[in-house]
Amino acid sequence: MNEFDPNTALSSIGGFFRRLRERWQRFPEQVKRLTVLLAVVVFALVTARTMLVPADFGKYGHYRASAVDEIVAQPIQYAGHEICTECHDDVAETKAAGFHKNVGCEVCHGPAAAHTEDVEAVQLLAPRGREGCPLCHEYLPSRPTGFPQIVSASHNPVKPCIGCHEAHDPKPPETPKECSACHATIARSKAISHHAYVACTRCHEAPDQHKLDPRSFRPSKPDGREFCAGCHDDGASGKEGIPQIDQASHEERYVCWQCHYPHLPEAQ
Amino acid sequence: MMNKTAPSVTGTSPQRRSFLKTLALSFAALIIPGIVVARDKLDKVKDWVIGDGYRPADHRWGMGLDISKCIGCGRCVDACKKENNVPLEPFFFRTWVERYRILSNGETLIDSPGGAINSFRADAPEETVLRSFFVPKLCNQCEHAPCVQVCPVGATFSTPDGVVLVDAEHCVGCRYCIQACPYGARFLHPETRTAEKCTFCYHRIVKGLAPACVEACPTQARVFGEVEKKASPLVRFLRMNKIAVLKPFLNTKPQVYYTGFDMEVR
Repeated sequence: MNEFDPNTALSSIGGFFRRLRERWQRFPEQVKRLTVLLAVVVFALVTARTMLVPADFGKYGHYRASAVDEIVAQPIQYAGHEICTECHDDVAETKAAGFHKNVGCEVCHGPAAAHTEDVEAVQLLAPRGREGCPLCHEYLPSRPTGFPQIVSASHNPVKPCIGCHEAHDPKPPETPKECSACHATIARSKAISHHAYVACTRCHEAPDQHKLDPRSFRPSKPDGREFCAGCHDDGASGKEGIPQIDQASHEERYVCWQCHYPHLPEAQ
Repeated sequence: MMNKTAPSVTGTSPQRRSFLKTLALSFAALIIPGIVVARDKLDKVKDWVIGDGYRPADHRWGMGLDISKCIGCGRCVDACKKENNVPLEPFFFRTWVERYRILSNGETLIDSPGGAINSFRADAPEETVLRSFFVPKLCNQCEHAPCVQVCPVGATFSTPDGVVLVDAEHCVGCRYCIQACPYGARFLHPETRTAEKCTFCYHRIVKGLAPACVEACPTQARVFGEVEKKASPLVRFLRMNKIAVLKPFLNTKPQVYYTGFDMEVR
């Protein structure tokens, strides 16, 4: 191996730059200018990109990977229904048997994460007045039928709901006499129909358990044309003033409620 | 052997061969780096762990909404606003509930006062109501999300588990995604001036909790779970019900599924 000679090295570097300058001078003027301009533009773009695009952009896809970590770091407010039972197992047991078994604790008591972290400092209270329950139980015709509803303006005004109803195991203080307690939409249609004075029990037989366990014990329904014909056949006696048809010849392929809605017959 | 018997083509053959070789090489140079980088990213995504051992590549989230169970109480809207610090003004929502009333004259009334955060009022329209029901709405977490496509800075993106998220740090607040969303699920946060929307409560689901709206729904009208795994409440929901999605003709492939759907629902 040759000894390193600084002079030779310098002169060879000098020679390289000289040759480069000579070649550069041989270029036409316009090419020189364009080359310089291009170099400046490329440098500016590369600098701007490194400064503007975050370091972990594009690690997993066309986004900043650490954005997910930032989103995940958001604090939790709702603790979830499982954790409540760890301390309030007595309430959970009451609730598990009642109509509110699928209603999470935080629906009424509000977000509980802070309470689970410091039980003393953060106390949760469900609404004590009449402001909470009607959010679900106020009568709205759009609500699914069978969902228990009241009109709060006329339902024991001013009295707080929890005075009569235990929210963890809600039951009416006495079994409702009226079907309208749950079947509000039907009751309101019937009230303005010609069947207003026909009692629900005239057509439906409701077993007593239906009031306590409505889905397991369903009320009966009339099962044939003969039932309506009891009043509406032109042979029916003692039913003057009631619209009557000849049951034998009147649309014999159908049962009555395929065309007529018994809770609001079309003749008004 | 073949070359000896066909001397007439030896003159042109090397030229053609070298041309084809160069052509193949140039195409390979164009395509192979792309394939290598994409494969590398796919492998990286598979190994991605968020927070406490949550692997997004192992999940695929969706939500089912049973219209016939919704009572319009608005507890989901309330819970969502509390969980996610959504401004209380009545026009910023990550989720909201609409009331549909189809009248006997063929008209359809749709309202959502304050997003239904305080439920609804029983005001009777003049015409007879034929059908009426509540429809909860939220971001549909589309598989082909238009909002992701239009974001000019890559601030909105789909995670490997199918949730569309917004990077609030990177968002420039141009509102293009708000325009692009066919479901009106996005809004501009009045303080941060960045786009906001439902995240399926991503900070909750990575920890094994259900989204706040699902937690707060008293009638279980909202079902949350895996779209593909066998034992998931959502898979059962999808198997047991007749399913519809909002605006299927847009080919956005929503991952929010409805049952009890009416043709008037838009």
